[in-house]
Amino acid sequence: MKVRQISVFIENRAGRLETVARLLGEAGINIRALSLADTSDFGILRLIVNKPEEAQAMLRQQGFTIKLTDVVAVEVPDVPGGLARVLGLLGAKGLNVEYMYAFVEKSTDKAVLVFRFDNAAEAVATLQRGGVRILREEDVLKA
Amino acid sequence: MREMRIWNPACECLGRDDLRALQLERLQRQVRIAWERLPYYAAKMRAAGVTPDDIRSLADASKLPFTEKDDLRQNYPYKTFAVPLREVVRLHASTGTTGKPTVVGYTRGDMDVWSEVVARFLVAGGLTEDDIVQIAFGYGLFTGGFGLHYGVERVGATVIPASSGNTERQLMLMKDLGTTGLVCTPTYAVYLGEEMAKLGLSPRDFKLRLGFFGGEFWTDHIRRKIESLLGISATDNYGLSEIVGPGVSGECQLKQGMHVAEDHFLFEIVDRKTLKPVADGEQGEAVITTLTKEAIPVIRYRTRDITRLMPEPCGCGRTLRRMEKVLGRTDDMLIIRGVNVFPSQVEAVLLQMQEAQPHYQLVATRDGALDNLEVKVEVSENAFSDEMKQITKFRETLQHKLNGALGVHARLTLVEPGGLERFVGKAQRVVDQRTF
Repeated sequence: MKVRQISVFIENRAGRLETVARLLGEAGINIRALSLADTSDFGILRLIVNKPEEAQAMLRQQGFTIKLTDVVAVEVPDVPGGLARVLGLLGAKGLNVEYMYAFVEKSTDKAVLVFRFDNAAEAVATLQRGGVRILREEDVLKA
Repeated sequence: MREMRIWNPACECLGRDDLRALQLERLQRQVRIAWERLPYYAAKMRAAGVTPDDIRSLADASKLPFTEKDDLRQNYPYKTFAVPLREVVRLHASTGTTGKPTVVGYTRGDMDVWSEVVARFLVAGGLTEDDIVQIAFGYGLFTGGFGLHYGVERVGATVIPASSGNTERQLMLMKDLGTTGLVCTPTYAVYLGEEMAKLGLSPRDFKLRLGFFGGEFWTDHIRRKIESLLGISATDNYGLSEIVGPGVSGECQLKQGMHVAEDHFLFEIVDRKTLKPVADGEQGEAVITTLTKEAIPVIRYRTRDITRLMPEPCGCGRTLRRMEKVLGRTDDMLIIRGVNVFPSQVEAVLLQMQEAQPHYQLVATRDGALDNLEVKVEVSENAFSDEMKQITKFRETLQHKLNGALGVHARLTLVEPGGLERFVGKAQRVVDQRTF
């Protein structure tokens, strides 16, 4: 139930983010979701792309520092309270969220929450018991 | 202008022939001590096929092997000492090229010589017993603070051991205690002058008249700035811990070169590439041999400082020759706020931290009066964690280790791999954007 996420180390100077986006575009790789965490010096760009292996190889070849991380993708109805319910289930079990971000599905009325958990297995089990749909990688990548 | 006094005319105005005879006698003695009591140097002499008996003239000094900073590093801490520790009354240290500092020591005799040579340039610069000298150099393992302190005391002036930092307090002491002489790095002097102005004060509010500055490169342009900002006469002095500390040479009031204490230090200038002695008056690397050191005799030490000796006599009456201001080095060493910084120190820290690649660059800039150092390090895949707190922790650890290793605060910037230029030959680890 894990989804592969690519993290890219980005220096905080003009054009770096654009370069990554352009390279992915030229390689015909589609970005499904992204998040950018920043400090004053550098940022970590987290991407879910439809071709993770290709993207990783290409960006590495272009000289970027890449890490592949497993994240959990959760589907919720795109309505108010959708996020709160999921976080409530996790909080009740004292499960920690390292970071998260989200995107909306265009073809359905669903939103996708992307989580990085300390303990993914326990988090997935907890959410499933609560009736929350955990997405498989192919559901998210829609390659 | 006050009368130009000479501290020790018997030595400072010695006839050149008498000086040369004295130097030869002392050189032979120093080489013999090294041969008998410094295994590391005796081994070098044997490898070069030289014995103490081969030194029959000053020109024969060039037969002797050089001493490199690496020799001192490899023999850390005490294998460079020619006397038992019991006879050593003082230890100091200066920046080493890697993790360990370079340790230097002084017997009572050495301390006496040290005070003497510093007293010489202080008086040459105009110091008298009536002066009150504020030493805004760091006291501690560096030789700068203590060296000037003992020299000022020897002259009989009043010394205020203010040490470095806390500018507001420095200015308060200067004003309240009636400081007449200032000792610090040239850039700090500029900084003090500017802070003074910001506080709405001018030199007229102080009794400053003299400044003795060293520890970094500085030009006549900066001298004029200091003299005008502080209302003083500023003189240059030169030294290095490996030889004695401050006191190797210093300017007289004519400010046209620094008189070398040639009776205590044999000064040679060698060609930067061939390392052979250059013609009289030509520029090259300064190579210094101690002539009277007891604790750590050093023979033909390669300073990496670029200068030249001025053969012409000085109008002040001293016969000890002058060397030109040092404005460059033959190696990668940087001087940041008076502290020596070697790129290899950064490398040593990075190699300790497996997450860092040893692709780094030191960038020196000057913001107003003070130096800034930035260390750029390429982040490797090992260092790169997807989690911000891991990278931040790595960055903080690296910053902490660098500060400890370098002795100055350097701003750490993590860059992408390949973010720093690659070089075919020797990597250019240092970018110095300052103008002196």
